[in-house]
Amino acid sequence: MSEAQIKEIKNENPLSEHWYQLRKNKTAMTGLVIIALFILIGIFAPLISPMDPLEQNIEFRKTAPLTGGYLLGTDDLGRDMLSRLLYGARISMIIGVISVSISLVFGSAIGLISAYYGGIVDKIVMRLIDIMLAFPYILLTIVIVAVLGPSLMNAMVAIGISQIPRYSRVVRASVLAEKESDYVLAERALGAGDLELMFKSILPNCLAPISVQATLGIGTAILDSAALSFLGLGAQPPTPEWGLMIASSKEFITSAWWIVTFPGIATLLSVLGFNLLGDGLRDILDPRMRD
Amino acid sequence: MATMNTQEEILLEVKDLKQHFPIKHSHNVIRAVDGVSFSLKKGETLGLVGESGCGKSTTARAINYLYTPTSGDIVLDGVNLSELSHKEMAAARKDMQMVFQDPYASLNPRMTVNQIILEPLKINRNRGVITMTSAEMDKRVEELMEIVGLSRSLKNRFPHEFSGGQRQRIGIARALALNPKLILLDEPVSALDVSIQSQVLNLLTKLQKEFGLTYLFIAHDLAVVKYISDRVAVMYLGKLVEVSPSAELYDKPLHPYTQALLSAVPIPDPEVEKSRQRIILEGDVPSPDKKQEGCYFCDRCPKVMDRCRKNIPELKEIGEGHQVACWLYA
Repeated sequence: MSEAQIKEIKNENPLSEHWYQLRKNKTAMTGLVIIALFILIGIFAPLISPMDPLEQNIEFRKTAPLTGGYLLGTDDLGRDMLSRLLYGARISMIIGVISVSISLVFGSAIGLISAYYGGIVDKIVMRLIDIMLAFPYILLTIVIVAVLGPSLMNAMVAIGISQIPRYSRVVRASVLAEKESDYVLAERALGAGDLELMFKSILPNCLAPISVQATLGIGTAILDSAALSFLGLGAQPPTPEWGLMIASSKEFITSAWWIVTFPGIATLLSVLGFNLLGDGLRDILDPRMRD
Repeated sequence: MATMNTQEEILLEVKDLKQHFPIKHSHNVIRAVDGVSFSLKKGETLGLVGESGCGKSTTARAINYLYTPTSGDIVLDGVNLSELSHKEMAAARKDMQMVFQDPYASLNPRMTVNQIILEPLKINRNRGVITMTSAEMDKRVEELMEIVGLSRSLKNRFPHEFSGGQRQRIGIARALALNPKLILLDEPVSALDVSIQSQVLNLLTKLQKEFGLTYLFIAHDLAVVKYISDRVAVMYLGKLVEVSPSAELYDKPLHPYTQALLSAVPIPDPEVEKSRQRIILEGDVPSPDKKQEGCYFCDRCPKVMDRCRKNIPELKEIGEGHQVACWLYA
């Protein structure tokens, strides 16, 4: 087959193609670098932290940055800010991944089933999702935490649950489009059952919008958990969580600005990283956005 | 053992097949297929032609039970499909495969060629319909790729790396995987370039001889149908209007609709083409959601009679193997 031979030369799979697109996309790459940095910091926090993040040293409290051997100063209890921030990265990354995993798994399952079966199932499920969406998002999260009791784990669960509607909407929309396509019909004709069609044929083809939503979702989750901790509903002292650090030092904003500012900057950077990567991914994975 | 009369054995019988689709917020239904009956002998090719929207594809999908037919029977190799349980259906489906029109849409873009051709084997092994080891299945995939003329070195490629003709070969390999008896070809070449069309048609004829396949070949290209079919069925608005041996239909079309359809085929000879008489039909195809009293073609028929507006003509045998549904011949 001459036709076949021509194609011999090219050897690419969709993943390497996407990786190439990703490297060309400055927005996505910036985001990816920031995220990679935070993840590395999170993994190696115990190794790179100059001090124990929980160790108090009342003598040196509210030391200004760059003085007395403290690169970023100390907080109101004399704990090293840099070490606390580095450990905070670990906590924030875990929060992001766990809460997004919760909403991703349940949201995708709900969206997939709802769209695939359609009809009355779809109507009921989507009205329930609408009810969840009708609550202001942060209020819903707070209610769930209030019911479960304030702790970091419960904050993650609450964020995960209240994000479910977003994911199920995104998944439902793309499953609706994919399930009518010819290859699904073809596989049905081969005898594939509902489960095979849902998970092996349809879902892999919906990964693009899901991965964009998940990436953006991690940023949102980090921000929300910071907000919950700020309100005293998430991480509890003395955990070096960024939101909590801001909350417990807000009264020093005029006398010792660094205690409030650095956790704020860290939160901002990490969320920015995920948002940049998410936006970049959307450009790459959605062919309509390409030129 | 193949015997002399294998040719005469009937593989597929479609009896008064109706496929209606409900219209939202209405009590009416779309009569996509409205009482179609025909049979297919082992090893023959029946061409099914008609204009867009006349129900050709729906007929194929209903035969394959991709839709549950509103009424009517489909008998495959002596087994009435409507009487089967879910499990028996899976086994019966093995004998009946489909090739789709658009080779760009009918292959899962996230699967490699290997996975695509493996899919029917895997699905049916999981169902317990076939027993094969993984090594046997891998061998079968390579064998199938060779059969349809694809190099086995391409098996880890994705569909988007192939041309339309190659993709349709992949689709054919997938349909052949389970050694089916009947293949429903739903416009398998109409999305391809003319030069590639002939390659795929030749492949299909070769495969038919090699494996004794029976084809239901759906198309709107009459030249293609003439080339490949033993018999041709003409469909109009969900009903068959004429069924005839291929050569006879093209020589001596009886139904006015068939005549009009054939007169629209361009002739690749400029001299003859100039003198070609086209029958231009007036009006539009009636909406398939309204039940008519008379012949569905009467509003557009150049030879319409009073009788046509009152009663629907049935498909009647008027010559050897030549059936027509028209009051002109009743």
